[in-house]
Amino acid sequence: MLEDYIRKRLREKDILLMAHIVVGYPSIEDSFELVRTIVEAGVDLIELQIPFSEPIADGPVILQANQAAIADSIRVDDCFKFAQKVTSAFDIPFLFMTYYNILFKRGEERFFAEAREAGIRGTIVPDLPPEEGESYMAAAAANNIDPIFILAPTSSPERINHLARFGRGFFYCVARKGVTGLDTDFSDEMTEFLNQCKRATQLPLALGFGVSSKEDVQFLRGKAEVAVVGSQALRILNAQGIQAVGDFFRGLK
Amino acid sequence: MERPGYYGRFGGAFIPEILSATLEQLQVAFSGAKKDPDFWSTYQRLMSTYSCRPTPLTYAENLSRHLGGPQIYLKREDLNHTGAHKLNNVIGQGLIVGRMGKSRVIAETGAGQHGVATATMAAKFGYSCTIYMGEVDVARQRPNVFWMEQLGARVVPVKDGARILKDAINEALRDWSANMDTTHYVLGTACGPHPFPEMVSYFQSIVGMEVRDQILQQAGRSPSRVYACVGGGSNALGIFNGFFDNSEVELVGVEAGGEGLQSDKHATRLASGRGSVGVAQGYKTYFLQDDDGQMLETHSVAAGLDYIGVSPILSAYHEEGRIRFEAATDAEVLEATRLVMKKEGIIPALESAHALAGAFREAGEMSRDDVIIVNLSGRGDKDIFTIADALGDAAWKSFIVTKAEEYRA
Repeated sequence: MLEDYIRKRLREKDILLMAHIVVGYPSIEDSFELVRTIVEAGVDLIELQIPFSEPIADGPVILQANQAAIADSIRVDDCFKFAQKVTSAFDIPFLFMTYYNILFKRGEERFFAEAREAGIRGTIVPDLPPEEGESYMAAAAANNIDPIFILAPTSSPERINHLARFGRGFFYCVARKGVTGLDTDFSDEMTEFLNQCKRATQLPLALGFGVSSKEDVQFLRGKAEVAVVGSQALRILNAQGIQAVGDFFRGLK
Repeated sequence: MERPGYYGRFGGAFIPEILSATLEQLQVAFSGAKKDPDFWSTYQRLMSTYSCRPTPLTYAENLSRHLGGPQIYLKREDLNHTGAHKLNNVIGQGLIVGRMGKSRVIAETGAGQHGVATATMAAKFGYSCTIYMGEVDVARQRPNVFWMEQLGARVVPVKDGARILKDAINEALRDWSANMDTTHYVLGTACGPHPFPEMVSYFQSIVGMEVRDQILQQAGRSPSRVYACVGGGSNALGIFNGFFDNSEVELVGVEAGGEGLQSDKHATRLASGRGSVGVAQGYKTYFLQDDDGQMLETHSVAAGLDYIGVSPILSAYHEEGRIRFEAATDAEVLEATRLVMKKEGIIPALESAHALAGAFREAGEMSRDDVIIVNLSGRGDKDIFTIADALGDAAWKSFIVTKAEEYRA
């Protein structure tokens, strides 16, 4: 499971990197090249976002990539085929990230059974709190896939303790209010939030939303186990192309 | 027992964790307000002194005679301040904002009615205000943008997605997830995550409470049928709330049939059988979506009905069979608009004209003894550009051309 993988990997380095791509953006072929480049740059985990037309937790950069992929006729079936291809080709864990409607419409049991077939190890569904996720968690467990839940700095200590009970694999901690891809203040407040999460769970913590530089990753050393980089890599992809994304990830360590 | 926030299998709160505490705070504030014996009377007093509540119930005598069927009554929500039922919800939420001690409101708007109502409320209560509006809607509803700005609101055109109402909702949710400490999201219809469907229909129920007594006084009996247009569904829930407990009253919701159900250019989620259950924008309901769960583009001559989802409360009543859903096409709606203007001297909003068109279509199958009520949810004269456009009025077009030349000079 993902927790074991993360622990094992942490024996060799003090913080892991999780990258994020939108499947089919800018094209399905480019997505594959992007994954290859990111893996070769030494990234430890990758989120594959299945595009959705109403991505409410995403800021402009990822939102536009979602729209472009859908406009380019990327179907959910294509994302499963893509997952199969990258999990066979590369030896790091891949997770699906998407919104709940994509799972709901396919049927949760079918979604997870196919995800398992495709070699997917975890799922991140930002609009699905555990209160609404009973059948989701059951389908995930039946297929040995970790449903990753999200902890937020707006949640009370009681709420964080409550959420901690549902955790599998690791927790995704959002660094701040707002959506993906905006500036984040790496401050004492964040340290306190991460400490709060640590008190609530034994699982590893991944921190995302606004991680964009070597300094940010440095700040997280000793506070979180995984740094999640999404929008900044996508911005670099848009401006400078796939090879530059590889350089960017190499430069984060 | 049903889970809180659920109506049958619909509703819920499918939201990012970052908003969880804020929705909890809203739930607490709303529950507190409902339990406070002074709250509803404060609300009613405000609605009677600032808006025109109770709004009248008008017997449409000429129309009734012309159609030769039932006695048609119109519930005049168009006479509310800002011209539609939208203010009922907005003023109620404005009071809740005060109870929560927040200072800023945001809202989505399609046609602009909810945006204007929210900007009005913000001006009255002293809140700062930002309105999200799809770029397409900004272009087709410029006069409402003008009024929102004059009322002190900032109007942000949404350039992502289909650039219509659903995209404005997404953008408002994004703003809220960053600024919830100071900001309340005044959702305009009985959709979205719990407690919005319940809260919005609670404030709109003022319509049903009034009309239930009014029809008894004026017609001496309960209606056989009540008609309301259905976009998100707040005006329908408002008037239907007066009759849910009376099984003799048939409730009819009329959705936007656009260019016809076979055209794919419509916004008919329930009546068409084309909608399917899904989860988006924080709640579970019937959506117009493809097999993957991607939302489809919708169309209606009435921007306020041009929406992919529908209130989870209405989806539940649909499945129970308590409400019958029909659709009216753009062409039927324009015909109904013309008829009501000519026969009754009332200019309906294009949204509300869907309810009229639905009622007129069925008038022939009812008798002179039947009484029906149509919720005239908004007035149309402020949508002069849209209606003149829809009616294709030549003299209006040449006036606009002349005016444009004056501005250009």
